[in-house]
Amino acid sequence: MANEYLKEHILLRHKDIPNIGDIDVYIADNGYVGLKKVLESMPPADVIETVKAAGLRGRGGAGFPTGVKWSFIPKGAKDVYIVVNADESEPGTFKDRELMEYNPHLVIEGAAIAAYAVGAHTIYIYGRGEFKGPFVTLQKAINQAYEKGILGENAMGTDYALDLHLHLGAGAYICGEETALLNSLEGYRGYPRSRPPFPAVEGLYAKPTVINNVETMANVPGIIRHGVEWYRRFGTERSPGTKVFCLSGHINRPGNYELPLGAPIRYLIEELGGGVPNGKKVKAVLPAGESSLMIPADKLDTPMDYESMAAIKSMLGSASFIVMDETVDIVWAAEKMIHFFKHESCGKCSPCREGTFWLSKVYQRIRSGQGSMDDIDLLTKIVDQMTGNTFCQLGEFATSPVKASLLHFRDEYEQYIQK
Amino acid sequence: MWSDVEQKELEEILKKYPTKRSALLPALYLAQREKNWLDDDDILAVAEALEVPVTDVQAVIGFYTLFRREPTGKHMIHVCTDLPCALRGAEDFYARLTRRLGLPSEGGTTADGLFTLEAVPCLAACDKAPMCQIDLQYYENLTDEMIDTVLAQFRAEAQQESGA
Repeated sequence: MANEYLKEHILLRHKDIPNIGDIDVYIADNGYVGLKKVLESMPPADVIETVKAAGLRGRGGAGFPTGVKWSFIPKGAKDVYIVVNADESEPGTFKDRELMEYNPHLVIEGAAIAAYAVGAHTIYIYGRGEFKGPFVTLQKAINQAYEKGILGENAMGTDYALDLHLHLGAGAYICGEETALLNSLEGYRGYPRSRPPFPAVEGLYAKPTVINNVETMANVPGIIRHGVEWYRRFGTERSPGTKVFCLSGHINRPGNYELPLGAPIRYLIEELGGGVPNGKKVKAVLPAGESSLMIPADKLDTPMDYESMAAIKSMLGSASFIVMDETVDIVWAAEKMIHFFKHESCGKCSPCREGTFWLSKVYQRIRSGQGSMDDIDLLTKIVDQMTGNTFCQLGEFATSPVKASLLHFRDEYEQYIQK
Repeated sequence: MWSDVEQKELEEILKKYPTKRSALLPALYLAQREKNWLDDDDILAVAEALEVPVTDVQAVIGFYTLFRREPTGKHMIHVCTDLPCALRGAEDFYARLTRRLGLPSEGGTTADGLFTLEAVPCLAACDKAPMCQIDLQYYENLTDEMIDTVLAQFRAEAQQESGA
């Protein structure tokens, strides 16, 4: 049994079948049955309807319904592209790396099904330049899929052509933003594009494009193989399915854990993660990496689904839970996070570029003991000016560490200033 | 500037994309592979092969952190010190490593030219901190003794090479 909530792993299947990265082992475990099914017996529109009915939501962070995203591709469009977003760079997030490294065929099969559903013949997996290790096994898996005739001119013996290419980024957090990713893939600086036009209409090379996260793709084969009813047995009405939860920070057993959406945070931290080391207490948790609004310890009974996390004024996002124990200096943590966002700001828009720069300066002042009470208001003022005014969502995320730490731990700022 | 092997690889890369420009990042990786950094000739070669203006190539290089315009040590050591890793002691681990390598707190290249040490943002191994990448290979759940052993192996290798 995977855990109390899940009999066996669906996404992290390699935890049950360790060598599933090998194509023969994957096939023996019903692998590529979903792709075969759609290619041989399902019209593309039915595939989209099935994924819509399953209620799969994007696992990269936004939680947008995947089937709906696919349906935005204009009917009969030529030169459609599928891009798999494997640019996993959010601090605290390390699930896609594990999926690509240990269960790569599940990702390939999901992307191939997605391609068929929207009429695409070319798939690009855009991954971090730093992911040389996971990409060796992923490339090996792709080569195996070509050798077995699963990919290629005649995918699975049908007349449907499917090509899949790996593309490496070169160290830029912003490229996880889907339009920045497209620019990067086209050989440009990774600046986000304005929308509209949306990628479904004008994406890669100005052609209709679907961009889905690695884990989103990994959800697709199960839906096709076992059906909507099976998929909806996991999770909640509005957040169906299972999810990989990344657990890091002050925790006894950090790592990736698969759970149905809607399981409580406390179960993840205390049961699966074994709680906080040295008998310490939880002070705060970042539920979706550094981009998310931190939550205090009294919210640990919240179910981990999109709606419940939004209800406590945070988000599920990529489900990357960073645990901070009672010894953590929250102002230090906020400064570290702001430093990250300052480093990764692409520089395209001034609210993010200037905002993160000045936030960083104010944090240095407060932390070095030179701050005044006015600095707390100044932090608020800067994030207020950034909110709603940045070109892309990533600039908005940069305000999260400031907003949430001031909301829950304002006294720690005051202590620094009064020292 | 391209060797025969590289020329062939470049042709293979170009087949993956409908535009030459899309091959810019892969081509830069290829040009950087041999000596770990890009000189003016490399940039010119990439610009000509892909029919992209030299200034555009330079602008792209400046945007991405994995391309380098200066020589580095033989091996690149990247230690993640972002928040999740820092909570597991990565900042102290990094600071001790700089001292043992005789480097300032911001890192740099060792006197023997063997290592370049940098603190970098998240490498998606938060559950296995302290961690580092050496030449893109992951080393995880590190202690000082473990990293010393790894570095000693690199030193021994280098000595063997120079002796050979």
